[in-house]
Amino acid sequence: MPEAKSNRRLMEGSEAIAEAAIAAGCRFFTGYPMTPFTEVLENFARRLPDVGGHCINAESELEAIGQAWGAAATGFRAATGSTGQGLALMQESMSEITRAEIPIVIFNMSRGQSDYYQATRGGGHGDYRHIVLAPQSVGEAVELVQLAFHLSDHWRHPVLIYGDYLLAHTCEAVAIERRDYGALPPKDWAVDGSLGGTGRSRNLNPIGMEKGSKGIDPSAFWQKLWEKEQRIEAAEQRFEVEDADDAEMLIVAFGTLARFARASIAQLRAEGLKVGLFRPISLWPFPSEALARAAKGCRLVACLEQNAGQMIDDVRLALNGSHPVVPIGGISTDAASFGIGPLLDSERIASRARDAHQGRPVSRGVVA
Amino acid sequence: MSDERSSDDRLRVIQTDAPPDAPSRKTGDFEPALTLMGEHDLCPGCGEPVALRQILDAIDGMNLGQKTIGVIGIGCYTALTSLMDIDLIQALHGRAPSVATGAKRMRPDCLVFTLQGDGDMVNEGLQEVIHTAARGESVTCILLNNGVFGETGGHMTATTVLGQRTKNTIEGRDAKRDGYPILISEMLAQLEGTAYVARASVHDAKGVARARRFLDRAFASQMKGQGFSFVEILTMCPTGWFLPTAQGPSYLDEELGAVHEVGEIKKDGVLIEKAKR
Repeated sequence: MPEAKSNRRLMEGSEAIAEAAIAAGCRFFTGYPMTPFTEVLENFARRLPDVGGHCINAESELEAIGQAWGAAATGFRAATGSTGQGLALMQESMSEITRAEIPIVIFNMSRGQSDYYQATRGGGHGDYRHIVLAPQSVGEAVELVQLAFHLSDHWRHPVLIYGDYLLAHTCEAVAIERRDYGALPPKDWAVDGSLGGTGRSRNLNPIGMEKGSKGIDPSAFWQKLWEKEQRIEAAEQRFEVEDADDAEMLIVAFGTLARFARASIAQLRAEGLKVGLFRPISLWPFPSEALARAAKGCRLVACLEQNAGQMIDDVRLALNGSHPVVPIGGISTDAASFGIGPLLDSERIASRARDAHQGRPVSRGVVA
Repeated sequence: MSDERSSDDRLRVIQTDAPPDAPSRKTGDFEPALTLMGEHDLCPGCGEPVALRQILDAIDGMNLGQKTIGVIGIGCYTALTSLMDIDLIQALHGRAPSVATGAKRMRPDCLVFTLQGDGDMVNEGLQEVIHTAARGESVTCILLNNGVFGETGGHMTATTVLGQRTKNTIEGRDAKRDGYPILISEMLAQLEGTAYVARASVHDAKGVARARRFLDRAFASQMKGQGFSFVEILTMCPTGWFLPTAQGPSYLDEELGAVHEVGEIKKDGVLIEKAKR
C-alpha cells in the first residue's frame, strides 16, 4: 500500500524546525544570524507574522535571549537559538531563566559536536542543567521540537535542541502535524500584568525573592529547584538501541553522526563483526541506566563523537568501569569550521570501529 | 525652567479660611496603592524609594495597576521589588530593555516598563537600551541614576561625574584616567525611535513632583503608542558618596544635577531646545 498522499513535503531541516515550532504553538522567535543557525531564523521571520506571532532580528545574542525571556515570561511559547558561539553569549540569561522557572526552547545549530559540554553541563554560572534533545534527522526533529515545547511547559524548564549543519541543511520529506503530548498545568505563574494591586501579584524571579517579605529563603528556593532537576533526570531519559542483543561492541553516538554510525555498523555486520548502536536522544538527562543495560553482553564500548572527547565522560560514568571505553571519534572540520569534516564518512568510521573491535590502536588525529 | 503643568499636577493651595472638606490623615492611616507595606534593606537617605513611590503612584493614577508589567534590573532597588504590588519579571544587569521588548510584543495592551540603575543600564546594558530605543519599542525605560554602584559599596559607573569620589576613583573621577560621564538621556533623545525623554531629580519636593509629571507623560506616551519613552531620575546615595545623610539632596542637586541637567528633552518625538527645557 503506498502511503496516502498527504502533507509530506520535501523540506530543509531549518524550515521543518521552524514549522514544527509554529505547529507546537510557538509565537515568538528572536535571533542573530550565524551559520548554520541563520536559516532557522529566516524561516521564523518569514512564517511567524502569518500566524500572528513576532520574530525579531535581534541586534546580538545577548538581546535575543533577553527578548525571548520576556516573551516566555508572559506565558506564550517562545524560542531563540544560535550556534554554540552565540549560545556562549546567552548563557548568563539562560542560567537566570532556569532559576526563574520560565519555559523556553533554545536551538543550538552547532558547528559539529564540540558544544556537548556547553549543552549538558548547564553552560553558565550556577547549579543547574537543561534538558537537551539531539535529533538525528529532520523527521525526528519535527517530533522533538514539539516535544521540547511540551517538556519545557511541563517542567517550567528550558529545553535545548542540539542540531548541527547537517540537520539544518538536509532536506527530507516530512509532514508537519501538531502532536499532542498530553495535558499541561495552567500557566498561572505567567505575568500578564493582571494581578497588580491585588496582593497576589507575581514576581518571576531567579533569586527566590517573594512578594511582601523582606529578603529571600535560599534553602527552600534551591531545594525546590534541585528536587525538580532530580525528577527530570529520572523521568526524561530518551535513547534508541539497535543490534545490541548479540553485540560484542556497542558504538555510542548522538545526533546526525549516529546515522553515519548506523551505516558503518551495517558494513561491519556484513563482515561478520557483531557491533550495535546506542544512541542517546536526551543528552541531559543522559540515559545512563539504559546504556549500562545495553552494554551488558558486550566486550567493549566505542564512543563516536565529533570532538576531542566530551560525551565519553558520560559514557564512562554510566558504565562505571564495567567495560573498556574506546574513543573512535575526534576533531573533524571543514575549512570554515562548520562541522562538515571528513569524519562524516561511514568507511572512515567503520575502519576506526574495526580497529577498536580488534584491539588495535585507533588513529584519532584531527581530520580536515 | 518652564514646567508646563496639567491642572492635576499643580501643588494645591490649602484653603485655611474654612474647615477642610475631609478630616486630616496621618501617613499611618492609609497605604499607597500598589505598595505592599513592609520592611526593606535600603539605607537612610536613599532616593530610590522616593522615585519608586512616584512610579507606582503614576501607574495607579492612570488606573493601570492591573495592566502593568515591570522588568527590574539589578541594584539596591531590587530589594524593594518584594514590596511592589505589580506583576514583575526580575532581569539581569543590563538586560531589562530586551526582556521588556519580548514582554511588550506578546502583551501589547500592557504598560511595560523597566527599572534600572546607572551601573545596570549605562554600564552593562548600554547597547540594549540604545537598540530598544532605536527600534522604537513601545516600552518605558526608567533609569535611577545616582552615579555610583551603590550595592557594591560605592564604585564608579559610566555616569559618575568628574571629580566625584568613588572607591575606585578615590581622588575623584579624572577625565584623563577615567574618561567622561555618559549623558544617557541626551544620547537617547537623538534616536528617531524615541518619543519622550526627560530627566528629573528627587532632591526636593519640587523635583519629586516633576519626576511624577514626567513619569505620567512617559506612560501616557507609551499607551498612545508613540514609541520608546525614557525617564531618568537622579537619586541620592549618601552611603555610596561617603557623605552624611543630610548632605545627599544638596550634593545630588549641585554635583550630579549640574552635569545631568533636569528637564524634558524630547516630547511627542520632537527635540526640545536646551534653552526651552
